[in-house]
Amino acid sequence: MSERRQRIWAPILILVALVILWEGLVTAFNIQQFLLPKPTAIVGNLVQVVVVGSATSGDAEEEASLGNRFLVVLPGGLSPERQAVLEASRWLSFPLGSRDVFVLRGSNFMPILAASWFTLKEALGGMAMGTVAGIAVALATTRWAASREALLPFAIAANSMPIIAFAPIMNNWFGIDNPFSKMAIVTIMIFFPIMINTVRGLTSVDSRSLELMHSYAASDSEILMKLRIPNALPSLFSGLKVAGALAMIGAIVGEYFGGPRIALGVFITQEAALFRFATAWAAILVACLLGIAIYLVILLAERLALPWHQTFRA
Amino acid sequence: MTGPVVILDNVEKIFGEGASDQVHALKEINLQIEENEFISLIGPSGCGKSTLLRVVGDLIQPSSGVATVNGKSANQARLDQDYGIVFQAATLYDWRTVAKNVQLPLELMQYSRSEKELRTQAMLELVELTDFASHYPWQLSGGMQQRVAIARALSFEPSILLMDEPFGALDEMTRERLNLELLSIWRKTDTTVLFVTHSITEAVFLSTRVIVMSARPGRITADIAIDLPQPRNADTRSSVRFFELETQVREELRISEGGQEPERKPA
Repeated sequence: MSERRQRIWAPILILVALVILWEGLVTAFNIQQFLLPKPTAIVGNLVQVVVVGSATSGDAEEEASLGNRFLVVLPGGLSPERQAVLEASRWLSFPLGSRDVFVLRGSNFMPILAASWFTLKEALGGMAMGTVAGIAVALATTRWAASREALLPFAIAANSMPIIAFAPIMNNWFGIDNPFSKMAIVTIMIFFPIMINTVRGLTSVDSRSLELMHSYAASDSEILMKLRIPNALPSLFSGLKVAGALAMIGAIVGEYFGGPRIALGVFITQEAALFRFATAWAAILVACLLGIAIYLVILLAERLALPWHQTFRA
Repeated sequence: MTGPVVILDNVEKIFGEGASDQVHALKEINLQIEENEFISLIGPSGCGKSTLLRVVGDLIQPSSGVATVNGKSANQARLDQDYGIVFQAATLYDWRTVAKNVQLPLELMQYSRSEKELRTQAMLELVELTDFASHYPWQLSGGMQQRVAIARALSFEPSILLMDEPFGALDEMTRERLNLELLSIWRKTDTTVLFVTHSITEAVFLSTRVIVMSARPGRITADIAIDLPQPRNADTRSSVRFFELETQVREELRISEGGQEPERKPA
């Protein structure tokens, strides 16, 4: 149990230490924000903490704008307009001593969320298509051994295709604003890991298991359903985990070559072009979290689908 | 049933025929197995005893000669699902529980749901694993896994049980216990058993006949009737007759290996 707790807490402690170090070093060496923004400046785009009623502060500039700073300290006695703003974007507020603390939605939270949702749909759509295609080709190559020799060179060719070179062509084919152009890129990116892992699982069947099936006079389709497919599930999930990470990358890289303003890749390039690097970093942070979320969902699905697998043997 | 269950008529098997490194695995194999016999094939490794078992089970085609099983070709017997088979490794499917593994042949043979459950229950009782029905194979010891494999092989009452060194990977204690269990199952089910082993003690203890084979090419060099009284039990191993038969099998193995002392298995 303590080992399990350690496995959870150790990475969190390291993360916190790294963030503090990052913040400290950027401040100490006065690094320009376009080179590397502070973690607080990045997070400030997504969430802000406003402390109202501080006696020490009364800066006119701070009064004017909340900016995108993570921590804002305001004097008491706010104007009705400012009060309205705080109320409107408030997630929660609580009193802290004589002061009031507001936790606010950051000014870029909604734009980044909307862009992430758009890009996530592209990634998931591409993942669905690539997975279906990869499994279908894997099944075909297993069913008809001759087709393996015929199809494998194309699969390898598709895999060695530089995806960055491919993205503008997909944009041209399906339209730059059409999410399908990004889904196509993701599909091509994840097809290979899915297919090759599934083929491996379908064909690497223990010869004794096959003899057993033959001794029962099982048909090819029965061998497929009762032996090959269950045998392939663990390696299919390994392929899916690789594909999950690739899917977000593929969608965002595709968007770098053009896409609607609402897409995450476009959002990042535009914010960077406008020197709003902290905002770009905030979008990257969210993309990263989405990638982790996809991975965790696949992990959960694997655990539910393969309770017998050695990975989960306690 | 009348007539022998298995007839092997001049069976030959050459692997990689015509190639410079061809292997003459089986040569001039003539063998008849009567109903309800328990036959052990014993011989040095590489003598083709597993190949012979697979020829009987139609998992390998002989290069020449004919295998007749239950009065039909081995292929027809396989299609008629006359064989139960047990390997050295239990070969259970990891994704199936113990009960589902036992049911595998019943599913393939389209048994009704109630029949499947009835037989699974009976088989698990036979191998004393009723409490482990919903366990997965990895939760079981090697000996228990092998008992599941035996239950699976017997679940559809095959007329012939083919066993390829089924207890070879188990420790001596477990092996002796499973030998006794196998004999009691054999008595209860009227199955004909073809059993491959390289343990002399095991062969003599279990069998009604021991077939001794030699290596390269694999030939039958001796056919020894084991006239120990049935039912056999732990005392059988300490009888004088058991010792005599064991010595006889060992002697035949030595001759079949061209005078070399065969590798002695710990008793």
